[in-house]
Amino acid sequence: MSAISPDTTGHFQSHYIPNTTDEQAEMLSALGIDSIDQLFADIPDEYRNPALDLPAPLSELEIQRELGGMASKNRSLGSGPSFLGAGSYNHFIPSIIKPLITRGEFITAYTPYQAEASQGTLQVIYEFQTLICNLYGMEVANAGMYDGATSLAEAVLMACRVTKREKVALADTVSPAYSAVIHTYCQSQDIAVETIGPSNFVLDGETACLVLQYPNYFGNIEGLQGLINGAHAEGALAVISTDPTAMGMFQTPGHYGADIVTGDGQPLGIPSSFGGPYVGLFATKQEYVRQMPSRLSGRTVDKNGKTGYVLTLQTREQHIRRERATSNICTNEALYALASTIYLAAMGKHGLRRVAELCYHKAHYAAAKIVELPGYSLPLDSPFFQEFVVQCPTAPVNINKRLMEQDILGGLDVSQKIPNGMLLCVTEMNSQDDITALVSALSEFE
Amino acid sequence: MQQGGNRQTEKLLLERSVPGRVGTVLPDLDVPAQPLPDKALLRNDLLLPEVSEPEVVQYFTGLSQLNFSIDTHFYPLGSCTMKYNPKVNDELAFLPGFAGIHPMQPAEQSQGALELLYKLQGFLGEITGLPAVGLSTLAGAHGELGGMLMIRAHHLANGDNGRTTVAIPDSAHGTNPASAAMAGFDVVELASDKDGNVDLEALREVAGPNLAGVMITLPSTLGLFDTNIVEVCQIVHESGGLVYGDGANMNALLGRVKLGRLGFDVAHLNLHKTFSTPHGGGGPGAGPVCATSQLAPYLAAPVITENNGNYQLSIPEKSIGKLSGFHGNFGVLVRAYTYIRTLGDAGILSISGNAVLNANYMMKALRGIYHLPYDRTCMHEAVFSADLQKERGSSGLEIAKRLLDYGFHAPTMYFPLIVHEALMIEPTESETKETIDMFIQALIDIDHEVTVNTALVNDAPHTTPVARLDEAKAARQPDLRWQPEAAD
Repeated sequence: MSAISPDTTGHFQSHYIPNTTDEQAEMLSALGIDSIDQLFADIPDEYRNPALDLPAPLSELEIQRELGGMASKNRSLGSGPSFLGAGSYNHFIPSIIKPLITRGEFITAYTPYQAEASQGTLQVIYEFQTLICNLYGMEVANAGMYDGATSLAEAVLMACRVTKREKVALADTVSPAYSAVIHTYCQSQDIAVETIGPSNFVLDGETACLVLQYPNYFGNIEGLQGLINGAHAEGALAVISTDPTAMGMFQTPGHYGADIVTGDGQPLGIPSSFGGPYVGLFATKQEYVRQMPSRLSGRTVDKNGKTGYVLTLQTREQHIRRERATSNICTNEALYALASTIYLAAMGKHGLRRVAELCYHKAHYAAAKIVELPGYSLPLDSPFFQEFVVQCPTAPVNINKRLMEQDILGGLDVSQKIPNGMLLCVTEMNSQDDITALVSALSEFE
Repeated sequence: MQQGGNRQTEKLLLERSVPGRVGTVLPDLDVPAQPLPDKALLRNDLLLPEVSEPEVVQYFTGLSQLNFSIDTHFYPLGSCTMKYNPKVNDELAFLPGFAGIHPMQPAEQSQGALELLYKLQGFLGEITGLPAVGLSTLAGAHGELGGMLMIRAHHLANGDNGRTTVAIPDSAHGTNPASAAMAGFDVVELASDKDGNVDLEALREVAGPNLAGVMITLPSTLGLFDTNIVEVCQIVHESGGLVYGDGANMNALLGRVKLGRLGFDVAHLNLHKTFSTPHGGGGPGAGPVCATSQLAPYLAAPVITENNGNYQLSIPEKSIGKLSGFHGNFGVLVRAYTYIRTLGDAGILSISGNAVLNANYMMKALRGIYHLPYDRTCMHEAVFSADLQKERGSSGLEIAKRLLDYGFHAPTMYFPLIVHEALMIEPTESETKETIDMFIQALIDIDHEVTVNTALVNDAPHTTPVARLDEAKAARQPDLRWQPEAAD
């Protein structure tokens, strides 16, 4: 019956679409018409049923083969030592996450507008908000944004709303991709974005916010306390994009007085997946909650007094406030907020610290071994977490080619910012053998 | 007495935490420990749960069971296209050669991924008739922002600085005005005419030197194909403006009409609606932007280009810039690619044909029982009004909640805003006739209940994990995270 080609009448019985020709005939007869095409009569004739140049249908077996072939042309992080980070990190993902997030009840549910039918999703969001607050040392977190870059850009817009100012001081140590997204989001808002070196800058009384990354793009921990105090002295907010894994051991941005903390949740149990889907993290102070973008789940009671959860403070959002909403965001990344919540539950208090310490020690060990090689040095003299810039004896692009011949994925070429600079990332996924292989391959260059 | 032991879901993670329990065991450090930084840089507290792995699995499994979902319930949520989400799509997106690749790895190491994206751009361009496609936008509203920034860039490049207004029909989804505002435009509302089409007179009034463009959802949120659409595009173009298409309702039109041929200049698609990728309880989605070749230079970066069989990431010449951290929601894009290849040309037509057939069949069966404010052939969804039931004491909200007791997810309620007591119902193509018949019967039964037992309807739902929730309390005293001091 269900071959993958249409039958002689042109009917195609897809395994995803139940109606048979008999059932279609029965339904058409109830409507008093005799063809499906008649239902499309509102489309002017000259535009209706255009030629459609798409390939023919495939069976599941064939599609598995086709995509299996495409996937095999890509080098995966697990296939050999990998030292690339720069915003997407190779961390251990507990095996419980995938079976839980792919449960039909989670993955095939809609946004939880119908609260009585969505308590699972709503309680997960409440848990997520709680754990993100604790991770960052903040008072309130939302249900998530698209990714770390858009989360930071929306934080900048929010800082401008809160302060009613239109100037942004963006540190030049923030990820170039994140900076680019901030520029795109601000281009039509009359917001002036000024890129500054955080060691020597002067804010004035018109600056809405100081934007920093922690650890910064080059892996370093900057002196946040002084920078945040400086921003506050001018009435500006401090907006800090923060790696959640670093929060396993480093002081929180909340501790230093940050006003808005964003980040990418990818390191929390989400695969690299060529850049997405990830989840944006977004936390702030209680006093700014009504200026936040995106959904919030709140705890309340039902009419019998039983605890339950609902989407709340929705008058901030586009479906109520339309053009005056705090953001246009609607669908976010709920499934990956769930993944991060499961990750933080499974890692727990001790596990996250352990992951952070493994990254820290392995990265520092690798850095120490690399600078022993002739021609290599660490040009930046600041504490770091799991990423660091190495100044190489030759262009990183050449080194990376050689590394790839040995199936080692090298670091990011940052020679545009730092001469012969390579940004390396070492995580708990890299064994001592991986590091030894890297150091040995690097030693071929002098 | 507490039923179900630790598998019950009432206690939150931090409430079930027991000091000393662990949920994951990590390897020992295999390199010599290194000196730690200044202690002042380190935190000394981290309030995360201490729970074992079985507890985590049981807790989240328990939570999942509190949800309605497509896999467990018919979910006829209008404008959301809650169709079946094929499992093979998920399986393939998780292949190590897709899920395990780094976005910044060299292009030679990711040719398979880039090839897939390049071909998907081609499929979406063919389906919409808008051949310039960018995949980097992460949801429908994100695509809207990208498309509206392209319209802005187009006018500015022509020195047309005065085009600051965008007209949006009163039936539009709230993201349209919000996205237009984020792209720096002033929004004016366009009235609908008595048939639910854009009111041409109202359009002519705003079509002038200030108009940057219009944002049109086709079919409209009333579930109707705007019979004036070609004229709408002409009026806007003659005034120098551009036409943006909100593709949220593309499920109705797949293979039946091309937006580009009708006169649309730029549109987004919701892959998590039309192209079957799962909603995930509110994302991830993907909102690719499809545009005419004239607008191609403005697409958000990156786009995928091909040269002698080599695929690469490229920045369009006059790009509005980057809108996301990397190249888009790749895992979602893999699923949509898989879906389009699986259905193919014949299947794509079968989607729209059966979706529209199912909606009209349901609408016909309920006509006369529920009020139909726009009584025309509908597309993939039908918008009823519960005005007739309201007269007898039950609102659209109460009917929607009562449906939950029948084991059906509620329709979209109170949207579009121009319909009183709106109930917007979208059955999709992937439901059986038996299910649709049972749903129709449930709405007929509820209509009867409104007459004979109004309280039963108005107190609904009765069978869900919680009853009607106190939303006013949630908003008045926001409780947005668990805190230890609130525990007792």
